[in-house]
Amino acid sequence: MSSDPNLEVSPPSSTAAFEAYLARRRKEAIQTYALPVVGIAILLFTWWAVVAGFHVRPFIAPSPMLVARTLFKNRALLFDNLIPTTVEAVGGFLIGNFAAILVAILFVHVRLLEKIFFPVAVMLNSIPVVAKAPILILIMGSGIAPKTTIAAFVCFFPTLVNMLEGLGSVDPQVMELMQILSASRTQILFKVRFYNSLPYLFSSMRIAASMCVIGAVVGEWIGSTRGIGALILQATYAFDTGLLYSAILMSTLLAGAFFVVIAYFEKITLLWPSETPH
Amino acid sequence: METAPHKIAAVPSPAQAVPCIRCAGVCVNFFQGNRSVTAIERLTLDVPRGEFLTLLGPSGCGKSTLLRLVAGLIQPSEGSVEVLGTSPVAARKRRSIGFVFQDAALLPWRTALENVALAIEVCREDPQQGLERSVQMLELMGLSSRLHAYPHQLSGGMRQRVSIARALVSRPEILLMDEPFAALDEITRDRLNEELRRIWKETGVTILFVTHGVYEAAYLGQRVLMLAANPGRIREIVPVPLPEDRTIRIRETPEFAALAAYLRNGMEAAG
Repeated sequence: MSSDPNLEVSPPSSTAAFEAYLARRRKEAIQTYALPVVGIAILLFTWWAVVAGFHVRPFIAPSPMLVARTLFKNRALLFDNLIPTTVEAVGGFLIGNFAAILVAILFVHVRLLEKIFFPVAVMLNSIPVVAKAPILILIMGSGIAPKTTIAAFVCFFPTLVNMLEGLGSVDPQVMELMQILSASRTQILFKVRFYNSLPYLFSSMRIAASMCVIGAVVGEWIGSTRGIGALILQATYAFDTGLLYSAILMSTLLAGAFFVVIAYFEKITLLWPSETPH
Repeated sequence: METAPHKIAAVPSPAQAVPCIRCAGVCVNFFQGNRSVTAIERLTLDVPRGEFLTLLGPSGCGKSTLLRLVAGLIQPSEGSVEVLGTSPVAARKRRSIGFVFQDAALLPWRTALENVALAIEVCREDPQQGLERSVQMLELMGLSSRLHAYPHQLSGGMRQRVSIARALVSRPEILLMDEPFAALDEITRDRLNEELRRIWKETGVTILFVTHGVYEAAYLGQRVLMLAANPGRIREIVPVPLPEDRTIRIRETPEFAALAAYLRNGMEAAG
C-alpha cells in the first residue's frame, strides 16, 4: 500500500539503483530472521558455558544438552501434560475476552453501571493470581474449571480496559455524523464503535495470549495432578531439573505460539492504519 | 470604512424565494467551569431555498455553533430554529440535511465507496440502489477511479470529496459545511471551490458554508454572513455582487478585490 496517493504503482525499470534497493531489502529481511537466531545461540552457549565451566551439578541446573535429551525422551509425557494446559489457557482466553467485550459494551451504553462496577473490577483485579487460585479451587474443585476461570480472570481486565477505551474513543466528528444520519445506537455500535475498538482489542489480546498461559499454570500449581504447572511442581520436588526446564520451555512455546496466532489474526483483520499504542 | 460592495452593482435579491432555514431570536448559552458563556446572542436569520450562504467570522464567533443548531445537534437556549418548516431534528430524520466536517470524518476501515454508502445503509434503503447512487455521487466528485481506495490511500482533497459525496448521496435539501477546505493546500482548495459551485448549481441544494477565509467566503457565496465574536452575533449580511457563472479567476477583478477588502475590514473590526 503506497502512502502517497499521487504515486501510481508501476513496474520500475531494472536499473542499477533498483537492483541495489532490492539487495538492501533482501539484506534487511535476512537480518530480521537471522539475528534472533544468533541471540538464542548466544544464550544457549552462555548457559552451557556456565554449567560446564563452574561444574554445576545436574540437580541444581541442567545443561542445554540434558534439557534437549529430556525433551526428546519425555516427549509423550510433556505432550500429555501440555494438552490440559492448552485447553485451560485457550478456554480462559475465549471466556475472559468475550466476557470483557460484553461488559465493555454494557458499560459504554449505561455509564451509570460503569461508575458503579468499574471500581469493583479494579479491586478484584488487584488480587494476585496466586491468591485468587486457592479461592476458586475451594469453590470449583480440582477439575479443569478453576484453572480456566483463573486464565479467564487474567485476560478479563486488560481487555475490559482496552475495550472501554476503544468503544468510547470514536472521533467526535464521526459521532456527530452518525447523529446527523439519525443512526440508532445498535448501528453506531456495529458500524463504528466495534471497528474503532478492534486495534485496542488486538492490543490487549496480544497481552492476554501469554497471560492466560501463566494463569493456567498457576492454577495447576495450587491443585492439580495434570498439566504443565503440575509437572513443574513434580519435577522440582524430584530435583529433576531436565524435566523442570523442559516443562518451562513447553509453557513458553505455548504462550509464544498463541501470541503468533493472535498477531496473524491482527494482520489479516486490521487493514487500515491505526494509532493505538501497543 | 469603505462603501458596501452592494452599492457597486445590483444583485438579484434571494429574499423573495421560499424560506428554508429560519432562526428567530436564537441564543445559545453553555456553562464552562463555574461561568456561563454566550456562544450566540439573539441571532435572527432567514435563508431562502437554494441559496449559497457563506458564514465568515473570527474564531469564537459561533459559526460552527450556528451550523450545529441548524443540524439539530444542539438546542437553542432561547428562540427557535426552523428547517423547511419543521424542527431541525425532524428535518434531519427526513434526510434533508447533509453535513461536511473539517476533517472529512471518513471511517478508515471503509473504502471510499463504502464510506459514501454508509449514509444510505443507516437509513435502511435498498442497498443495491444505494450502492449505485454512491457510485454516481463519487463520479460526480471526479473519483470514479478511486472507488475502492481506503481513506489513508487518498489525498486530503480526495478525502474531502468523498465526504461531500457522502453528504449529498441521500439527496438532502440543505448542505451544511464546517470549514471543509481549511486543512487543504491552496491549489486543491481553489479547485474544490470551483467544483462546489458547479455541484451547487447542478443540484440546487441550499448551502451554509462556514469559513474563516475572506476569499473563499466572497468567491463561493451569494451572500456573506459576517459574524462578530464574544458573544457571537451577526455583524452584517453582505450581498456578493459577482456574476453567477464565475470562475476562480474572478478573484483578479477589481470588483472582487473591493469585496474582499470590505470583508477583511469587517473581520478585523469583529475580531
